[in-house]
Amino acid sequence: MNVSSRITMESARRAQIDRWILLTGQIVGKTVLHLLVVAGAFFFMLPFAWMVSTSLKQGAYVFRMPPVWIPPRFIWSNYIIPWTMENFSIFYRNTAIICTCCVVGTMCSSTLVAYAFARLRFPGRGIVFLTVLASLMLPGQVTLIPTYVLFSRLHWVDTWFPLIVPTSLGSSFHIFLLRQYFMTISRELDDAAKIDGCSLLGIFFRIILPLSRPVLGVVGIFELMYWWNEFFTPLIYLNRPERMTISIGLRFFQDRDQGHLEWTMAMTVVSVIPMIIVFFVAQRRFIQGIVISGIKG
Amino acid sequence: MNRTVPGVVVERETGGALGKALALPGQLFAWRKPRTREAVFAFICLSPWLTHFGILIAGAMFYSLYLSFCKSDLLTGTKWVGLGNYKQLFFEDPLFPQALKVTAIYSFGAVPLNTVLAMLIALMLNQDIKLRGAWRTLYYMPSIVSGVAVAIIWAWMFNPVYGLINAALMGLGMHNPPRWIFSEEWALPAFIIMSLWGTGSNMLLYLAGLQSIPTPLYDAAKVDGANTLRRFWHVTLPMLSPTVFFNLIMNVIGSFQIFTQSYIMTQGGPNNATLTMVLFLYRKAFQQFRHGYASAIAWALFGIIMGLTLLVLRSSALWVYYEGELAK
Repeated sequence: MNVSSRITMESARRAQIDRWILLTGQIVGKTVLHLLVVAGAFFFMLPFAWMVSTSLKQGAYVFRMPPVWIPPRFIWSNYIIPWTMENFSIFYRNTAIICTCCVVGTMCSSTLVAYAFARLRFPGRGIVFLTVLASLMLPGQVTLIPTYVLFSRLHWVDTWFPLIVPTSLGSSFHIFLLRQYFMTISRELDDAAKIDGCSLLGIFFRIILPLSRPVLGVVGIFELMYWWNEFFTPLIYLNRPERMTISIGLRFFQDRDQGHLEWTMAMTVVSVIPMIIVFFVAQRRFIQGIVISGIKG
Repeated sequence: MNRTVPGVVVERETGGALGKALALPGQLFAWRKPRTREAVFAFICLSPWLTHFGILIAGAMFYSLYLSFCKSDLLTGTKWVGLGNYKQLFFEDPLFPQALKVTAIYSFGAVPLNTVLAMLIALMLNQDIKLRGAWRTLYYMPSIVSGVAVAIIWAWMFNPVYGLINAALMGLGMHNPPRWIFSEEWALPAFIIMSLWGTGSNMLLYLAGLQSIPTPLYDAAKVDGANTLRRFWHVTLPMLSPTVFFNLIMNVIGSFQIFTQSYIMTQGGPNNATLTMVLFLYRKAFQQFRHGYASAIAWALFGIIMGLTLLVLRSSALWVYYEGELAK
């Protein structure tokens, strides 16, 4: 055997070994990656599991160390007793009404405002749009107190107007989101409609809105989730239990602390579930919305 | 095309001529012009927002600025005191530096940790793994839970005697685990830890950022012999920097407005260790009804947030890479 063929055989073997190392490396890497993903997800789900587990325990099992994850008996009455005690159905109904009004309100106004910014020519467009961008970044605290004073002068404390009216006059976030989307709709469609004798309002209703269904869905979901979860505004304006939303109702319930942590946990589960359902139903839209608002912002 | 369009044009032209003929004093009939009509229509569309902005934003800002120079509470009504509120806030009230310290520590702890964690998770979930969509959903899920629910859940998690966290720490052999939200030094770290639970929305943005990086860049880097770490450092990170930048600004603004956690879990305690700026403001405005003083707090908070935002904005030229930008 001559030297050169020996060298080729040697290098072929080396290449083989290298390939093996690479392959095992890849397999090990993949396994580690999967393990990491699973472990991380485990930690992210732990608080949920702990909440649900506590909500189903008998009082004696709540304060037991080491913790009992699955109680011997599921106490479903943990869900029923506090629900009737504090009238959570009223909190639910209130929140549903407020959310509906806010979604409808902001849909009507923000779309029109966004249409003006995206399509219409008028003097001062740049400056007026700047007011939207500025409000987007503005921390709400600087407008909080005068707004409160104004609304209390109008005797709007303990009504839902302070929650519904501002967003129904157009919310800067939604205006921005909608405007960005409207800008992507081809102007040639407008021109075609114009030639066919369509008015400006007609273009809005017949061209822009039907083509914007995805972003309208996003706006609706964002608004819904926002008002379902919002705490500060209802905390300030709503004092009577029969006016409260679910988030302050829950706080109200927890604050009085009947010595039944499992009840508080059960009601927390109940307050979280509707949004989880909404999220799963509208997941794709929702994620799309976050991405649009984030990347283009 | 040529047969239909001229008709329209002619029609328009005659309309214009007719308009000109009719417009006797010129301006009187100006609204008949399509441009003017469009502008009028635009302002009708804009009217909700103009009302909102005029009254609830610009008007409210001016009024709150004015209030911040006044003593305004239930007893005295509103009386001009000049810089009195600010003097008291910055030099006399010991709670203001405390609130500022608490909020700053929270922000400087939570924002970087959230950034790093969200990016790591996004990198992980951007790999080729089984059931990728399901994992993304799981990691995102805590972000859709309301602040109140999060606070209630974590108050229980952090319970020093029966909470899950200390159970785990004691299980791992720690004899004196921290008392978390009941101790002065561990209450803020507890808040920071629980903020990480909601890092999912940041993660989604990083994922979107990662997906928008063109693969040829990685291929080119591979051809040049760059290993994984170098590819991350020289391709992923620069391409992701605009997303980091956006998240950073939003997170800084958000973290300085932290309220629900301290309101529900600790009521600002123990010994004001979790008295955040907004909780401080809330107490002055809605428990003591000192609207003038509370407005001064609001403007101080606004100034701080603006300053930090500008800082991030200014620094962005150094570390944010925009594709399409000319090389310097």
